[in-house]
Amino acid sequence: MARKITIEPVTRVEGHGKVTIQLDPHNNVIDSRFHIVEFRGFERFVQGRPYWEAPVLVQRLCGICPVSHHLAAAKAMDVIVGVGPNGLSPTAEKMRRLMHYGQMFQSHALHFFHLVSPDLLFGIDADPSIRNVIGVAIKHPDLAVQGVMMRKFGQEIIKVTAGKKIHGTGAIPGGINKNLSIAERDEFLKGADPLNVKKMIEWSLAAVNLFKDYHKKNKDFIDNFAAFPSNHLSLVRKDGALDLYHGVLRAVDAEGKKILNDVDYQDYLKYIGEEVRSWSYMKFPYIKSLGKKDGWYRVGPLARLNTVDFIPTKLAQKEFEEFKAYTKGKPNNMSMHMHWARLIELLHSAEVIEELLNDPDLQKDELVRKGKKVKEGVGLIEAPRGTLFHHYRINDNDQIEMANLIVSTTNNNEPMNRAVNWVAVNQLSGKKEITEGMLNAVEVAIRAYDPCLSCATHALGKMPLSVSLVDADGNVIDKKEK
Amino acid sequence: MKHKRCIVIGYGNPGRQDDALGIEFALRVEKDKHLSMLCDVHYDYQLNIEDSLTISEYEIVVFVDASLDGEQPFAFERISPSLKISFTTHSLSAESLLALCEELYRKSPIAYMLAIRGYEWNLGSEMTSEAAENLLKAFRYFNRFVSNGFCESEVTCSRGVLFH
Repeated sequence: MARKITIEPVTRVEGHGKVTIQLDPHNNVIDSRFHIVEFRGFERFVQGRPYWEAPVLVQRLCGICPVSHHLAAAKAMDVIVGVGPNGLSPTAEKMRRLMHYGQMFQSHALHFFHLVSPDLLFGIDADPSIRNVIGVAIKHPDLAVQGVMMRKFGQEIIKVTAGKKIHGTGAIPGGINKNLSIAERDEFLKGADPLNVKKMIEWSLAAVNLFKDYHKKNKDFIDNFAAFPSNHLSLVRKDGALDLYHGVLRAVDAEGKKILNDVDYQDYLKYIGEEVRSWSYMKFPYIKSLGKKDGWYRVGPLARLNTVDFIPTKLAQKEFEEFKAYTKGKPNNMSMHMHWARLIELLHSAEVIEELLNDPDLQKDELVRKGKKVKEGVGLIEAPRGTLFHHYRINDNDQIEMANLIVSTTNNNEPMNRAVNWVAVNQLSGKKEITEGMLNAVEVAIRAYDPCLSCATHALGKMPLSVSLVDADGNVIDKKEK
Repeated sequence: MKHKRCIVIGYGNPGRQDDALGIEFALRVEKDKHLSMLCDVHYDYQLNIEDSLTISEYEIVVFVDASLDGEQPFAFERISPSLKISFTTHSLSAESLLALCEELYRKSPIAYMLAIRGYEWNLGSEMTSEAAENLLKAFRYFNRFVSNGFCESEVTCSRGVLFH
């Protein structure tokens, strides 16, 4: 009897994921699909609202990375108010950068300590009652405390730059609404251990080393699990450096050949298309010059380290050189190396935060600039999970009449499907029994991309994931919830 | 800094209609002259691992969230540390947070979940009138709970859950 393994949401909430693995009567994988019920109502929701509200409104989309949406919308509005992406005052741009790198730092720290470290420390097929953040707290309390404090540090940076805990108002069209006081700065520079930037850099470096140590002992798993060639896309600084806040759009293929050669992202529609497939609500973006079949790409930490030429901070650059040397300078197509790349970015973010905190521009008073208004603007940012596109057009009454968003998880739609398929074919096919460890392997592949699945609401009763085993007649044989 | 005896932690997305219940509740506590003298307040989009450090510094923790299909108008119950781990970074339960607090900081605050029933979760800042009414009832109950010396015994049903 053919059967189907389904990992699906139990509620209707937008943004939840579902994995379906179709097996034949001999348990061989016939097909696999990763569905995310993407919420597409936002574009309609903002229509008719004044453009200056967008940076605050967009935070309704996501309680996980509101800062990314806030800044991407603000960047688009910079264009609309005629300041342009490069015309902010130094204080405004650096305050936004501090906000953004604070977010990147806390998000990457959370991902590693909360989600990835249990798999690495206990193994992906370990008892799930141990393989979790509580297990880490029991067996490796120092590491768990580091995770907590790194998150807290990043959150505090966001709080002083965004201005509010909920629906921050820090970035406004053409600038920022506050600078950083000396007292606020000194909290981060000279705060009591461990909540200071020096300690954050030290711990970030330790996290990179923890991964490298694990990699040495588990080369086969880390190098081969869900590895497949792909194109890679991200923003890069004009000189080729890693820049998570601003730059030009670059894409390389699996061999490192440039597909998009540092193009202006205001023209992204010339280069990026979005394919609709009947079985998924989420679109599949692709690079137009390569077509729908071959134009899909990865975004996120791995893609970024594959597109950039260097990292402009000392310690992260040293790690980057080691990372690049591992693949002899070629793009790295190993999904599990996403964690390595993410930790190098964690270190880089901590170093950038230190640089910014020592920059006197953050205490200056030119917060906002004005220019000649235009009707349309695009804002791109490298969010923790990858490139985030915001595109708006306004009418004569200053109301938004069109919005288009391509979020990081949408950009990674095809790669996540490929990763799930790799696990299905290589680890599930032909097996007589589907164990919890095997199902976790599917999740490990998805987790590498840290997709944004449940951004909108978190009310009690909304379970993020359930796992169902369904036979060919549609009967649920087994069901697990997470 | 000297903390109060109790912290109220409201969470949810205020841009998603009734998902704002937890945060609205926390803001009301913060604005209330009497309650704010006895309770600290924290609010965020969701619970986070660093909240384990925050709650370790209090004797009593009251988590407040919107509930999708819980009792109307609200349920108030004691909760204990328990392992409920999600597969994404996008959710952390109050029970897991208590477990993390216990493991990392060796502290076990008395914890309650105040789950206020919501009905609509679409984009928008307008809470439904039914949810607003539930919020009001929950707030009145919490006031009595605090005035009663943080004791729910007078108003709790046999299952430890209060239904109004």
